Amino acid sequence: MAKTVKLLSENFGKIRPDSLEDYLNAGGFEALKKAFTMKPLDIIEEVKKSKLMGRGGAGYPTGSKWEQLYRIEKFPKYIVCNADEGEPGTFKDKLILNYDPMKLIEGMIIAGYVFNSNHGYIYIRGEYPDSQNIMQTAADVLEKTGYLGENILGSDFSFHLHVRTGAGAYVCGENSTLLNSLEGKAGRPRKKPPHLAEVGLFELPTLVNNVESLANIPYIVLNGGDKYASFGTEASGGTKLVCLSGNVVNRGVYEVRFGTTLREIIYELGGGVPNGRKLKLVQIGGSSGPCFDETLLDTPLCYDATWKNGITVGSGALLVVDDSNCVVDFVKCITEFFVHESCGKCTLCREGNKQLLKIINKFTEGTASEKDFDAIRRISDAMTNGAFCGLGETASRALTTCLEYFKDEFEEHINGKCRAGVCSFEKGGE
Amino acid sequence: MKMVNLKIDNVNVSVPAGTSILDAAKEAGIKIPTLCYHPDMPFTASCRLCLVQIKGKRKLQPSCATPVKENMEVITNNPMIREARKTALELLLANHPMECPVCIKNNKCELQRLAQELNITDITFEKCSDMLPIDDQNPAIVREPNKCVKCGRCVEVCHEVQTVGAINTAYRSGEYNVCTAFQKPLAESECVFCGQCVNVCPVGAIYEKDDTQKVWDALNDPDKFVIVQTAPAIRASLGEEFGMDPGSLVTGQMVTALRNLGFDRVFDTDFTADLTIIEEGNELLERLENNGVLPMITSCSPGWINFIEKFYPELLQHLSSCKSPQQMFGALAKTYYAQKENISPEKMFVVSVMPCTAKKYEAARPEMNSSGYRDVDVVLTTRELGRMLKEAGINLAILEPGKFDEPLGISTGAGAIFGTSGGVMEAALRTVYEVVTGKELENIDFTDVRGLEGIKEAEVDIDGTKIKIAVANSLKNARELLEMVKSGKGDYKFIEVMCCPGGCIGGGGQPYGTNNETKQKRMQAIYKEDKNMKIRKSHKNPAVCELYEDFLGKPLGYKSHKLLHTYYTPKK
Repeated sequence: MAKTVKLLSENFGKIRPDSLEDYLNAGGFEALKKAFTMKPLDIIEEVKKSKLMGRGGAGYPTGSKWEQLYRIEKFPKYIVCNADEGEPGTFKDKLILNYDPMKLIEGMIIAGYVFNSNHGYIYIRGEYPDSQNIMQTAADVLEKTGYLGENILGSDFSFHLHVRTGAGAYVCGENSTLLNSLEGKAGRPRKKPPHLAEVGLFELPTLVNNVESLANIPYIVLNGGDKYASFGTEASGGTKLVCLSGNVVNRGVYEVRFGTTLREIIYELGGGVPNGRKLKLVQIGGSSGPCFDETLLDTPLCYDATWKNGITVGSGALLVVDDSNCVVDFVKCITEFFVHESCGKCTLCREGNKQLLKIINKFTEGTASEKDFDAIRRISDAMTNGAFCGLGETASRALTTCLEYFKDEFEEHINGKCRAGVCSFEKGGE
Repeated sequence: MKMVNLKIDNVNVSVPAGTSILDAAKEAGIKIPTLCYHPDMPFTASCRLCLVQIKGKRKLQPSCATPVKENMEVITNNPMIREARKTALELLLANHPMECPVCIKNNKCELQRLAQELNITDITFEKCSDMLPIDDQNPAIVREPNKCVKCGRCVEVCHEVQTVGAINTAYRSGEYNVCTAFQKPLAESECVFCGQCVNVCPVGAIYEKDDTQKVWDALNDPDKFVIVQTAPAIRASLGEEFGMDPGSLVTGQMVTALRNLGFDRVFDTDFTADLTIIEEGNELLERLENNGVLPMITSCSPGWINFIEKFYPELLQHLSSCKSPQQMFGALAKTYYAQKENISPEKMFVVSVMPCTAKKYEAARPEMNSSGYRDVDVVLTTRELGRMLKEAGINLAILEPGKFDEPLGISTGAGAIFGTSGGVMEAALRTVYEVVTGKELENIDFTDVRGLEGIKEAEVDIDGTKIKIAVANSLKNARELLEMVKSGKGDYKFIEVMCCPGGCIGGGGQPYGTNNETKQKRMQAIYKEDKNMKIRKSHKNPAVCELYEDFLGKPLGYKSHKLLHTYYTPKK
């Protein structure tokens, strides 16, 4: 497994998540101690040097985000960890939460120290009850031992951690929605601007970072941003937890250097497609991510190379789909997911997803016509260009990218043919 | 004021910082379509019809919710924008019942107008109407959620302006809709029936319960003696139903129109507004003299009564026991006037035309039957009267002005100003001053209490005694005053509360398109009516004086208490 590295995942399985002793033996809280000797701006400088990009999916440079919040002279500020990991096919934050919760907390405390923020919230998705318990236990242990709470490690800095849980809405992974949910409101996005750095949780300046982003902070502080960046490529610093799922032999989470190609991840780490089937498509970044065929497999996993090829790193999910699957049926599943998860607030997402599903159903039922391509284009363009939040913006991405690569299969469905033999054409077809 | 310079469609625009792109475009003469936006409320940015392109931004942005920035370059019209807007509108229409010709909002519907403006001639998407139940289980407001476009205006007004929170958005995706807690009927919710939601709904998803047929039936019944009373605020707004400018005063035409409709007598709620001043003014004096509960709070606004009964029952003793002018009128019509004219009250049918949906609820209160019959039989809103007149082919705009019948049509300027926030207070002060001091009040214009401002305060010198008074309009402001009363702050002796923002001129039954601008104009019309009146103090109303001499005896007397006063019930 030479392709994997152990930087963030170093402690996975080696330490007990509720054991401070184990964590300290593994070098835990050394970064925090070092951070307390540094100036906040110097820490931000290291984060900028690390070329750490937001690991939740949007890939916004973490250092810039920190710098923007730092410049805002309004207090109190809040640190919020987005642990809503709702993107289908993404299960990497769960490993951090379950196997190395104290590292995440250490990252949050350092963030708190940087922004002179005394309260951090971690918002864990409703479907992760185990992770919620583990995080709460870890927080309780650290509270008792002086790593959380008042005057941490005898310093004059205090930081309180609040573990909160979601209730199962995908959209709550969107940062502004998450804050609404934290405040006890319905999970629906806010209009930005104002940005969350200015008007965030309880209308106060707030940092919202993904679990993986925050868990990388201790390493960056301890070893320097340059060191962290050196694991990756010119544009993408460090390592990435990749979630490999679907039709691959070895499914799971792998920590890889940025720059590793998708082919290496799928074939060398994942062991390729099982049962002698052929790889049909890969979806990257979760259900909101784009799909592509084998022609892009040599793309290195890093932000600039993927963007250049019209795809994205996203959350780090790689879903492999073999040729026993029907591409229309595949996008139908994804669209059903978005119909279910749209919060309903904005017209384009609420009505658009509903109509897209109706059209896709026409393809699987054998009643579609050429005109339907036009309707798909109109709706997906409008959603991508004009939906309220990222959910509506990206909901049709699987559909439109599949149409780019596999339009012939959609056309076959107009003629009542499903090459994978999945669609039953209940209402028409041959 | 800091000005921001930007370019909209290559036109240079300079607007104050904080202005939205939508408003800045208006300055540049560019109209951007909107649906969820309302000028007097916070934005929701949910409809996606006002999308524009901003140079440097990947996504289109809602112009209603995006503030201008220095050197911003905005495009409001290109194929991408037009496509996005049209698609959003078509998607809404695909989810809409399209019963336009038989919809209460036909011709006044913002969705319909947008379809025309955006040149929608076909809906390519599949129809997918919602199948939610209609709620008409109350006397005032009907909710038809299948027509809802989820703009969120009703929710904003219910929460932000009225702080009632009877309705909210619930569920998600296709099931996302506006509803009460646990989908209960409005009647079982916190709703106070103020109808502000009706005023702001762009479509026909929430509207007044239409009672016009009941009035047609009464008018058509030879055995019925049908009387109509008109609220102070409707003469300043009814014209809008006929395309007249907001603020057109149509008192005379309205009287003729009602007579033409076939009402046996056309009377005026302004008359009982004057009467309310006598009763309420005396009640205030009595409370002041006998250490009664103070501050005394007015009771003519039925949405407000519902609110205090539901949210502040512990403060009910602060309410004046006076019925509202509408209910006083009904009670007197079926007793005093019936006796006077020798008409059996059983045969008498009292219709009132109100700017208000809560008045329908008030008229239906079980206790409002002190004549032995319903005080008021049917309440029409301004909009319903407009519809009846149109149905009868009566064009208000071209009618010769008529005069109210006597005696219940005789009124003063003090009664007239009941229609606007601050009016009851001002009318009361005109009378209380003179009753207490026995002197003539020289300057009768209490301008401190006028205007659209949410809370107005003043101190009045009545012969050396200074009393503090306050006026609130909208329930959010009423709530603020009540909290002050509860905590013993403010030291007010008398408070006027009007449920709707601006008072009755902004009532939930007023013509569609009500906003601060139209309210301002209606308000001016009301004060013009006051100025035009020969008599401007309630206690100088000769018909009111005669009523006391011939029938009531004295203010707060036995008959007054029986007919003109009421009680309140905690409903928490």
